[in-house]
Amino acid sequence: MGWIGETVDSVRSIRLREAFSQTITLGLIVTSALIIWKGLICITGSESPVVVVLSESMEPGFKRGDILFLHMSKDPIHTGEIIVFNIDGRDIPIVHRVIKVHERQDTGEVYILTKGDNNDIDDINLYAPGQRWLLQHHIMGRAVGFLPYAGWITIIITEKPLLKYILIGALGLLVITSKD
Amino acid sequence: MHSFGYRANALLTFAITILALMCAMASLSDNLNSPTPSAEVLVLNINWFQKQPNGNDEVSMTLNISADLQSLFTWNTKQVFVFLAAEYETPKNSLNQISLWDGIIPSKEHSKFWIHTSNKYRFIDQGSNLRSKEFNLTLHWHVMPKTGKMFADKMDADP
Repeated sequence: MGWIGETVDSVRSIRLREAFSQTITLGLIVTSALIIWKGLICITGSESPVVVVLSESMEPGFKRGDILFLHMSKDPIHTGEIIVFNIDGRDIPIVHRVIKVHERQDTGEVYILTKGDNNDIDDINLYAPGQRWLLQHHIMGRAVGFLPYAGWITIIITEKPLLKYILIGALGLLVITSKD
Repeated sequence: MHSFGYRANALLTFAITILALMCAMASLSDNLNSPTPSAEVLVLNINWFQKQPNGNDEVSMTLNISADLQSLFTWNTKQVFVFLAAEYETPKNSLNQISLWDGIIPSKEHSKFWIHTSNKYRFIDQGSNLRSKEFNLTLHWHVMPKTGKMFADKMDADP
């Protein structure tokens, strides 16, 4: 009776220790991802330093699924730059090119008009009703770097939520069952 | 240690590391290129001039743009976006920058061009300062890489 109890105890303690170390590993992965993301936000000054292109409006330069790296500096925006901006009442940011800039003499405020390279007309119709110009607070950052195709995984995951759960489940299972 | 999963993981990590390294090297190699582009823009004619109902000036003109941008292309160049901007100062605005024409150059073969066009985008001032206004015409280009950092530069295109 005694040694059975001992064995059970020893098995249980091993399991517990393993479970702890698995949880810590998982926690490490999650926190390091968070650290990298928050660190990028600090370095680039943009609230969203990496964006995935979702539309065809900047073809052939940027295709759907490409990744853009954003930077937000104090320098005023100029024509030709590719900026990412938010419109009030829309939740998806837009990546388009600046075609007109007016910078105020007294306040330094900038009035910006954008257009997608692949669109025939400028973006006034995309803006909020009555809005003619983009202002500084609409802008999330300017595109400085480019990586093709790498954003496809995010598009697939957001469009097929089932796949997301399968992927998370599989990864979780892998972490829990892995022995090293 | 030498299970299938372990080896597959190691292979995948190695492949992605190499790919990332090659992308970074391709992007860095762009810095070795020192381009010497040339461009000339002529305003051939002022077609018309109007005051919009809200008081803003608008002008239409005919332009002749010729440029040689062949030296901008490297092996990591996907396309060059080129545009002509009018830049001027008014009492109200310290900088007005208006794109008059733009184009996408897909390859080196098309990067020496000559075009005769009226302004593609409307040249409208914020106010009525355009009459007998001096403005600078600047040719800008944005080099879009196959991967990595984007480059931009400009040159004065007034003859």
